[in-house]
Amino acid sequence: MTTTATRRIPVGRIIAWIVVGFFLLATLFPFYWMLRTSFSTNGALPSHSNSLLPADTTVDAYRRVLGLSSVSESLAKGGSTASVNFWLYLRNSFVVAISTTVVQTIFSALAAYAFARMRWPGRNVVFTIFLFALMVPPIFTTLPNFVLIRDLGLLNTFLGIVLPNLLMSPFAVFFLRQFFLNISNEVEEAARLDGAGHLRIFFRIIVPMSAAPITTLAILTYVASWNDYFWPLLVGQDENVRVLTVALGIFKAQTPNGGPDWAGLMAATVIAALPVIVLFSLLGKRVINSIQFSGVK
Amino acid sequence: MTTTSTARRRRPMLRERRRETWYAIAFVLPAAIGFVAFYLVPAVRGVWLSFTNYDLFSPGEFVGGENYAKIVDDHVFWNALLVTLEYVVVNIGLQTAVALLLAALMQRLARSLVIRGILLVPYMVSGVVVALLWQWLLDYQIGIVNNALDFIGLPRQSFFGDPALAIFTVAFINVWKSMGYTALLLFAGLQAIPKDVYEAAAIDGASEVKAFWRVSLPLLRPVLALVLIISLIGSFQIFDTIAVTTKGGPVNATRVIYYYIYDLAFNRYDFGYASAIALVLFVILIGITLIQLRLTRANKSDLA
Repeated sequence: MTTTATRRIPVGRIIAWIVVGFFLLATLFPFYWMLRTSFSTNGALPSHSNSLLPADTTVDAYRRVLGLSSVSESLAKGGSTASVNFWLYLRNSFVVAISTTVVQTIFSALAAYAFARMRWPGRNVVFTIFLFALMVPPIFTTLPNFVLIRDLGLLNTFLGIVLPNLLMSPFAVFFLRQFFLNISNEVEEAARLDGAGHLRIFFRIIVPMSAAPITTLAILTYVASWNDYFWPLLVGQDENVRVLTVALGIFKAQTPNGGPDWAGLMAATVIAALPVIVLFSLLGKRVINSIQFSGVK
Repeated sequence: MTTTSTARRRRPMLRERRRETWYAIAFVLPAAIGFVAFYLVPAVRGVWLSFTNYDLFSPGEFVGGENYAKIVDDHVFWNALLVTLEYVVVNIGLQTAVALLLAALMQRLARSLVIRGILLVPYMVSGVVVALLWQWLLDYQIGIVNNALDFIGLPRQSFFGDPALAIFTVAFINVWKSMGYTALLLFAGLQAIPKDVYEAAAIDGASEVKAFWRVSLPLLRPVLALVLIISLIGSFQIFDTIAVTTKGGPVNATRVIYYYIYDLAFNRYDFGYASAIALVLFVILIGITLIQLRLTRANKSDLA
């Protein structure tokens, strides 16, 4: 406490901190409740619906969701007869999110480099056309894209799920171009005098110098891809390619309406949310800074 | 399009220039293929589909403006538009108010990265997770929120089942999800306001609250307008929460435009009609964007 604070009671500041505390609690409590429920049993939930601790603490819900317990066992615990195997969906989500992130980031960076650092006829016209894509609402292109993926026979394949986002995203190109524009010419010119080609300049100079924004973009792409629901719902219903978000929706639809498998559902949401939360807590600073950057620019 | 590539002073030879063009084409090509195949052609095809009765199974015929004529008499469409507007107004109104409060608090007393990080967590997890989580919290029988209502003597609410409540419930959930994100954008805007403006206000005897209304808010207007439009356009595209919780019901109480388009296309295979409504939504969003451009341009001078 500073001297000014002790002299008169800072009522305004106290109220302000109470408000901040309220919002932090309102943000964190639902996640705590999700965790708490996932370690409960469905049988004990109704009678302990206000208990802050798990009702009848157990990891059964996780065992059930990850397909580690038998059907009869899971029925007895209030699960559904549907075979759920979130290991498979977890793998599928990783396949989709990682491939989209890696490929999209590379090709978007290459394009951004060409738009920012190279001189070629028609460059500005092409870039302006790219920018227009940012304005098109996704649903408008989703309908024809679905027809296209179906006509290509790619429904229920990983390729069908990733293809529309694989080669580029207008946002990624735009985002990286902004950073590439600000790199000084001198380094690039020196390398060119040493006889380095464009590929070499790109991979040896531009990419290392832009490691921070590229990583940030990759995180954002990964999170968006991991969380995407609409497109995988349309083209990836089959179990072999079903991603976690779609599986969650199906799991929810299968649990009985009268007595939903809340413990199982919450265990499944924990599994679906965890990779993103872990990634965010490791690299959150970058994400926060990049979002702030996008707000002011 | 300001700084162009390498040296202008040392005019490169024609051959080198041509080589650069080829490299540039090679660099842009993969992205351009993706762009043409999954953005440009589909956009054109979407317009074409809106003039057909395509149903996914037969090749579909050109029907002229029939789909658009149908929209005029489609009370489900008008209801969807109304419900979407209800959602957008509540979502944006509440979200902006809460985010402004949070941004001001971050600015004045809690710049901690941890606090900003915590508030951003709901925005990072998927809409499906958020929807399921809130369905559990708001459960009629044993949901903690209804238990709390019960405890303070209020009647239990069927948040998703009551037509009068359902769309507001969805709006509230999404305020919870994105308030931290919006607050972060506004906080960045507040950070950009020079300190001496506040000092001048303090010398004039303005209190903190007064300084916020008289100094921060007016100077924040361009950022606020931009943020408002970003969230406005985003909130027109609400889908995940509704698909997981209410599926457009009860009756049509949460059948927003986005969900209606999805329903028409993938449950009723009316691709032509769905495309026509998608185009109408597109036009609405372009209208909002144009208003945004005018607003932000008109206010640019404020911060200069």
